[in-house]
Formats: sequence, structure tokens, C-alpha cells
Amino acid sequence: MTDHTSPHASGGNGIKLVLAWGFVGIPLVWGVVQTLVNAIKAFH
Amino acid sequence: MALSFLDRERTVAAPGYSRWLIPPAALCVHLCIGQAYAFSVFNLPMTKLIGIGKPAPDDWTLPELGWIFSLAIFFLGVSAAVLGRWVEEGGPRRAMFTAALCWAGGFVISALGVYAHMLWLIYIGYGVFGGIGLGIGYISPVSTLIRWFPDRPGMATGMAIMGFGGGAFIASPLSVWLMGHFSTPTHIGVAETFLVMGLIYLCFMMVGAALVRVPPADWQPAGWVPSEHAKPLVTTRNVFVYEALKTPQFWLIWWVLCLNVTAGIGVLGQASAMSQEMFKGQITAVAASGLVGLFSLFNMAGRFFWSSTSDYIGRKNTYFIFFALGTILYATVPYTGSIGSVGLFVVCYAVIFSMYGGGFATVPAYLRDLFGTRYVGAIHGMLLTAWSAAGIFGPVLVNYIRQYNVDHGVPAAQAYNTTMYVMAVLLVIGFICNALIRAVHPRHYIDATEPRPGGEALATRGVR
Repeated sequence: MTDHTSPHASGGNGIKLVLAWGFVGIPLVWGVVQTLVNAIKAFH
Repeated sequence: MALSFLDRERTVAAPGYSRWLIPPAALCVHLCIGQAYAFSVFNLPMTKLIGIGKPAPDDWTLPELGWIFSLAIFFLGVSAAVLGRWVEEGGPRRAMFTAALCWAGGFVISALGVYAHMLWLIYIGYGVFGGIGLGIGYISPVSTLIRWFPDRPGMATGMAIMGFGGGAFIASPLSVWLMGHFSTPTHIGVAETFLVMGLIYLCFMMVGAALVRVPPADWQPAGWVPSEHAKPLVTTRNVFVYEALKTPQFWLIWWVLCLNVTAGIGVLGQASAMSQEMFKGQITAVAASGLVGLFSLFNMAGRFFWSSTSDYIGRKNTYFIFFALGTILYATVPYTGSIGSVGLFVVCYAVIFSMYGGGFATVPAYLRDLFGTRYVGAIHGMLLTAWSAAGIFGPVLVNYIRQYNVDHGVPAAQAYNTTMYVMAVLLVIGFICNALIRAVHPRHYIDATEPRPGGEALATRGVR
């Protein structure tokens, strides 16, 4: 069986992808930014 | 059955399902269990639960609290090794669901332990239940990702394992903020923080369990054609989970991972103290903590970078880079101290930590290349015992060699030099182990003509 879909195959899939990646990506980016800010503060 | 929605058969993807939903599902689990790396933020507050301002006689000590993390890592290794086959055969949703209950349950039990001031409850909660959640959660998405991304297995597993490295970045500031929110002048809000974090993790991991799907049988990505040129170390066949233990390849990879992690974990725990002692007057305690945060970012980024690179240059070559470059860098660190170059020290450490993380993230794809896709999650689970062993070897080596040097009159600034040279030698041994890895002998592969237990089509050789 071969996949005939791509991440942009349908609007429904696109919304799901944005929601799913946002759900994990936003906290991760927030954590990385916090760490970077603390690192910069520490150096100053 | 009420829980039949967890069955592997119920998680087969419907037509149109995008495989790019699998990495976020895996990240839902790995970002949560990655909290383990940030557990130390609770250590100091938990030594003052009674005394509040300073430790009271009945408060817990740091060595007593240290056992919580050690127990969790021990049970991570044990559960990943023992339950790997159950995870593999039951499917990712059942495994993620169970991991969520264990992980979140561990936090809730620990909250009770803090509330009642019973340390043994925290040992059982975070140490045992949390550790089992860690083990199951860590391996739960591995084989699913590899099946969905046969064209880029390194990148796929790298994304999930990067999440494990990144979990601490979320957990650390969140824990500090929650403790601040729940604390009063007469109370430290550790119990409430555990409870809230347990509930947040439960919800987050359940989203991952709901999102995950396994591909239909014989599914392939659109447009992907498996290479017709057989690569010497990459098999299209499968080795049964316990049969893998009988191969020299498994044990060589065990040592490859163990030595790579031993070298990294040994200096990971000492990075702050080491940088301050090697560069006295140049790096303060506060700056050192910033450096550790920076190194952790490289640890996380290296997981994605190196595992993705391995899809192009091969796993064996990737580990050759880790060991060759690592040997040079570990041997260079004492030199950076002798010339007082903080910049060169930071560069060396940043690359070392990226390769430490890369070693974790590349190994599932290495196992898949050698042993096939069928039991890769379970085999990976057994391999994680190398991590547990390295967790003991690394810190012990660093601490004892440093202490030996200090006791024999070596200045603090040079006390780590021998350690770094010993780590470089370990990496040379790792290089040799990696060089010895060859393709698995055909006698270890599953015979496709025998029926598999449970009546499925393919089958296993050596099933007990």
C-alpha cells in the first residue's frame, strides 16, 4: 500500500497538523527561550 | 472490552492520515518524560519542607533525595528492557496510555508523599511508577516512527528523542513558577506543584496516545522507492527480540552507546564545577549555570542534527565521527584550561554535548538497520540498560579521578585533566567497537515461512 497523501493534501489534515505541531512546539519554544534568556542573564 | 480502543488493530491509520502527525504524538510523550532531567529543581526546596527558611532536623537530606532520581533511572532501564516486547506487540497507543498513567500517577503519589512527609511514598511514586512510565514512554513511539518514516528513520526518531532532551526546558521554569505560586511564608508548594504537573502531563500524554496511529500493512510513503543497491549494514529482514541478544552486534552497539554516554554523562554533571575550577576568576557560579543551560541546548539540538545526518552518511559513520571527534575534543579540553581560553572550552563542550545527545538519538535507527523494524522498539528497550550502566560509570569515574588528583596535590584547575584523557581513551575503545560491527548473520533472522504467535502472517524464530 502506498501513501497518496502529503502534509498539504487536504484542509482537514492541514488544520490537524498545525494544531498538533503547535501543541508541542509552543511549549518547547517557550522553554528554549526561557533557557536562553537565563543563560544571557547569567553571562551579564 | 472497555479498553479495546488501545489495541494495535484499532490504531491502524485510515486513508488520508498524514504521517507528519506521528512526530507530535511522540513529542507529547517525550516532552513530558523529559522532565526527569529537571528533577533537581525540587531537591533544595524539598530539604526545607519543615524548616522553610533552612533545613530542620526532621527535613530530608540531599543524599536521601538523590535516591528518587536514581530509582527512576534504574526503573527506566528495567522497564524498557522487560516490557519492550509488550510495548512492541501491544502497539503504541496502549504503551503511551500506560506510560501516561504511570508517569502522572507517580507525580500524584509523590504529592501525597510530600504532603504527608513520607519519603518512601516519593520513592515509590516518582522512583518506581515514574521510572516505569519513563521506560515505557521512552520506547513507545520508536518503532512506529521508524515504520512511518522508512525513508528517514534517523530524523524521525531524532525528533522524538530531541523532545526528551527538551522536556527539561519546559519543566524547569514551569516547576519554579508553580512552586513560587503555591508557596507562602509558612509553606513550600512542592506537593501542589507535583499534583498540577501530574495532571498537566496526564492530559498532554493522553493527547499523544489519541493522536498516534500505526501504518497499514505494507504501507510506503508516496514516491519512495527502496534503494535497489543493498547497503551492507542495512537489512530488510527482522531479528526476534531475544534472538538479538545472541548476536555480537547487539553487544557491540551496547558498548558503543555505553561508552559514548559514559563520556558525556560524566562531564555533564560536572560541567558547572569544572568550568569554574578550570577558569577561576573568569567563570563565576552564575555564569557557569548559564553555560550549563547553553550546553543542554546543544544536547537537545544534537539529537535532531546528528540523527538526521545519519540518514545520509550512515549510522556507522556517524558514530565514527562521535568517537574520533570526541577523542580530539576531550583531549583538547585540558589544553583550553592551560591557555585560559574560555571560548575554545565552550566550543569543545558544545560539540561534545551535541554528540552525547546525538548518540541517544541515532541508536534506534542503527538497531533498525541491523535487526529490522519488527522488534526494534523492544531491542531498543533492552539496549537502554547501557544507559543505566553509563549513569553509574560516568559520574563515578569523573568524581573519583578528580578526588584522587586533589588528594595527591594536583591543583583544582588541573584536577580534571586525567579525567578528560580517560574519557578520550574510552572513546577510542568505542571507536573500535563500532569498527567491529558487521551485518547480522542470516541465521538470526526470522524465518518468514513459520507462523507467528498469535496467528499473524509473519513469524518468529526462537519464540519462547
